[in-house]
Amino acid sequence: MVSLSHYLVLGALLFAIGVVGIFLNRKNVIILLMSIELMLLAVNMNFVAFSHFLQDTAGQIFVFFILTVAAAEAAIGLAILVALFRNLRTINVDDLDELKG
Amino acid sequence: MNLQDFVFYSLASVVVIAALGVITLRNPVHSALLLVLAFVTSSGLWLLLEAEFLAIVLILVYVGAVMVLFLFVVMMLDINLDRMREGFWKWFPFGAILALIMTGEIGIVLMSKQFGPENIQIPVSKSVDYSNTKELGQLLYTDYVYAFELSAVILLVAMVAAIAITLRYRTDKKSSNVSKQVAASREKRLKVISIPAERKE
Repeated sequence: MVSLSHYLVLGALLFAIGVVGIFLNRKNVIILLMSIELMLLAVNMNFVAFSHFLQDTAGQIFVFFILTVAAAEAAIGLAILVALFRNLRTINVDDLDELKG
Repeated sequence: MNLQDFVFYSLASVVVIAALGVITLRNPVHSALLLVLAFVTSSGLWLLLEAEFLAIVLILVYVGAVMVLFLFVVMMLDINLDRMREGFWKWFPFGAILALIMTGEIGIVLMSKQFGPENIQIPVSKSVDYSNTKELGQLLYTDYVYAFELSAVILLVAMVAAIAITLRYRTDKKSSNVSKQVAASREKRLKVISIPAERKE
């Protein structure tokens, strides 16, 4: 039978893939945003699994709010990306040194 | 192996393979499409966990809105892929080691008996007339109504911010300024001067 740890290991795998994605695609902001979405998906998977196995619906409410915040984050991130590309004609992270940081 | 196990393992392998494709593929459009596949498959897994409402919301919100937005942006930008891929594999060993350590550590914790079927029983399936949406709605509009309204404010702020960031004013367009037209008065436009009449020769 599929137990709670199966789902938690799947969540851990997805989260690790997201972290590796951030390391591999350091130059491409779009893939960086997609990796963040993957990590959020992993967290949501854990929440839903716990909610099911502990029979507590509050976990699903949390997933609902995480989805809301993630949608807002994606919208603002992509808006920043579009504004960036319009001004600099690039989204390469190496070229984004306007702030000398 | 019963049907549920089979469904879980097949969906889980599809999710992991799609996620690996998202981070390794060269073309961002392919990455975005594979991310869509990952979301759809995980919504299947959530159906298996009897979270029907969230499974539908994941498809509607993520696949229907967020990923379409991603695809729009990816296709609008003209990016140089070769420069993007420079040093792609340079940091791979570091990231892979980090990921292995992370999954190993989490695995040690998760594979212990605390999370196994010995301690956390597999719950019995809900009856056919059970409505996940109804239960979530009842919780959301009573216990969590304050957080619900707060999330509405977050969405409003995000919408205003996204529009404000991408809005640009054009200077070359021709249009009439209505407030200026209405504010015009007779004194500003019309000047009455007296000119002495010319004498006839």
